[in-house]
Amino acid sequence: MTVSLPFGLAVLTGKSIFIQVYDVIANNPQGFLTALGEHVFFLVFIPVMLAILIAVPLGVLATRKPFLERIFLGFVNILQTIPSLALFVLLIVIGFGIGTRPAIIALFLYSLLPILRNTVVGIKGVDPFLKEAALGMGMTGWQRLRMVELPLAFRVIMGGIRTSAVICIGTGTIAAYIGAGGLGQYIVRGLAFYSNGLLLAGAIPATLLALLTDFLLGRFERTVTPRGLRVEAAKNRSKS
Amino acid sequence: MIKFENVTKKYGDLTVVDNLTLEVDKGNLVALIGASGCGKTTTLKMVNRIIEPTSGNIFVNEENILRQDPVQLRRGIGYVIQQIGLFPNMTIAENITVVGKLLSWNKAHSRERAEELLHMVEMDPALYMNRYPNELSGGQQQRIGVLRALATDPEIILMDEPFGALDPITREQLQNEFINLQTRLHKTILFVTHDMDEAIKMADSIVLMRDGKIVQAAAAEEMLRNPADDYVASFIGMDRRLRSPDEVLVEEIMIPDPVTIESSRGLAEAQERMRKRRVDSLMVVDQNGVLVGIITIKDIQRNMAKGSRISDIVNSAPTFVLEGASVREAVYAMSQEGIGYLPVVDDKQRLKGLITRSSLVSVLSDVLWNSPDNGVENPEKEAVEGESR
Repeated sequence: MTVSLPFGLAVLTGKSIFIQVYDVIANNPQGFLTALGEHVFFLVFIPVMLAILIAVPLGVLATRKPFLERIFLGFVNILQTIPSLALFVLLIVIGFGIGTRPAIIALFLYSLLPILRNTVVGIKGVDPFLKEAALGMGMTGWQRLRMVELPLAFRVIMGGIRTSAVICIGTGTIAAYIGAGGLGQYIVRGLAFYSNGLLLAGAIPATLLALLTDFLLGRFERTVTPRGLRVEAAKNRSKS
Repeated sequence: MIKFENVTKKYGDLTVVDNLTLEVDKGNLVALIGASGCGKTTTLKMVNRIIEPTSGNIFVNEENILRQDPVQLRRGIGYVIQQIGLFPNMTIAENITVVGKLLSWNKAHSRERAEELLHMVEMDPALYMNRYPNELSGGQQQRIGVLRALATDPEIILMDEPFGALDPITREQLQNEFINLQTRLHKTILFVTHDMDEAIKMADSIVLMRDGKIVQAAAAEEMLRNPADDYVASFIGMDRRLRSPDEVLVEEIMIPDPVTIESSRGLAEAQERMRKRRVDSLMVVDQNGVLVGIITIKDIQRNMAKGSRISDIVNSAPTFVLEGASVREAVYAMSQEGIGYLPVVDDKQRLKGLITRSSLVSVLSDVLWNSPDNGVENPEKEAVEGESR
């Protein structure tokens, strides 16, 4: 029998680490699927959707009024610097209780920055002469936003949404400490029981979930982008 | 059709357009021209209120545009910009009829109109309607940019250096196409350019601006014949002006460094110099550069045996003109004497240059007959100054 250091625990218990992970999941597949479902829905989908609904309009507003840009970005930047555990505790202290609700709020707050910043950057990045052309054609501010600026900023905004989703998947595992459920429960328990199998039964699916989400959102982005912009992206790639 | 009345635009203390009054008649193409920062683009952009004047009034169709809703105003005015500005997220058809969409045209009407317009510039609708701007060349893109401005058939079109970003060959094609369109459509067009050739070629009248003021506003022909002042003349450039042969001086058209030889030299050397410089005659001068005469290859061949020095055989008392003389005098002298060469000298008879038949022909055809209709292209002059917008 060979002894390999990274798998020290496996050697002790006599089982490969992957078998341990498999055992944990196979032991209670229903529980695993529930945890996964909770993670995806409550700790990723809802916070990111809320963040899109709030951050994109705020981002648009920020591009119209420069002083708002400083205020908004300053605020979400500060939010981002608060350690996640501290933010969870802070939300409990100020009366949101424990469980899913404070977790959703905290993850929503973390999702704001990437989406807000990318919305601002994306819209500001639209060529000034396209804005002038839009103005000269007689578009109202709203029409310019809908027909020109948002479509052209779409890819950049999507980039922010992808980042937010990945942040939520990762930070969401910590939310298990305040009883929010999700894949973090395995990690918390694994740490408590010194069980690598338990810990990795949460960590590995969370990692795979992050990769898969980023990949799927990337596919979605490419499908939705009009051909005119896709060709441009292809051209830019070949140039660089 | 478009009327500026004492229009001023200031940015802080900087006056960009200074009390400008100008009228553009219906169906005319008026070019605003001038160096960078002369206020021509600002003037243009005040018509569709991309830029708001600080004071003064602008009328379109007798209506004060400052009292109109800018959005409605702009939908009624075609607008073409140098950077083309097609929306990359829309197809060609959508780009052409974008103003129609703002005016809630139905889809069938939009399609028809896009097809009709593409036919006008001989682009096959079946091929181009559903393409995206970045799938087209720069010239094709600006054709679409022009069609977009024509889509709702506005009476007025504003063009801000529309062909400035194109290569010279494409630019000329588009200019010609646009002139053809304009002869059919008779739009009222305000056109900004920094290229005098373009202005001469396209405009019914030219408005030359400097420091926010109009220096001269006149038809191209009139401006070329009678520039209002030295600035206009220098902006037009010597070689474009229309002048009579009495006004053109020989010094402007002479070859400045003719091949010379000193009279004390030998014939063999003269022959050698002709061979080297590929000429068949030499201007003979003394050591002070004073013209002594002309020696041709035939003179040398005939006299090779006789003498060995140029001074022995040179025909003295050659015909010449003074450098201040007009071309008319030069042509007269050459035809009277039946000679192909005419030395140009200063008042001390020092050699200054040489006029040949071929230099006369080429320069005269440029100077005398360079009118907007058969303009001789002059690529070096295409950008009067390296202005980018």
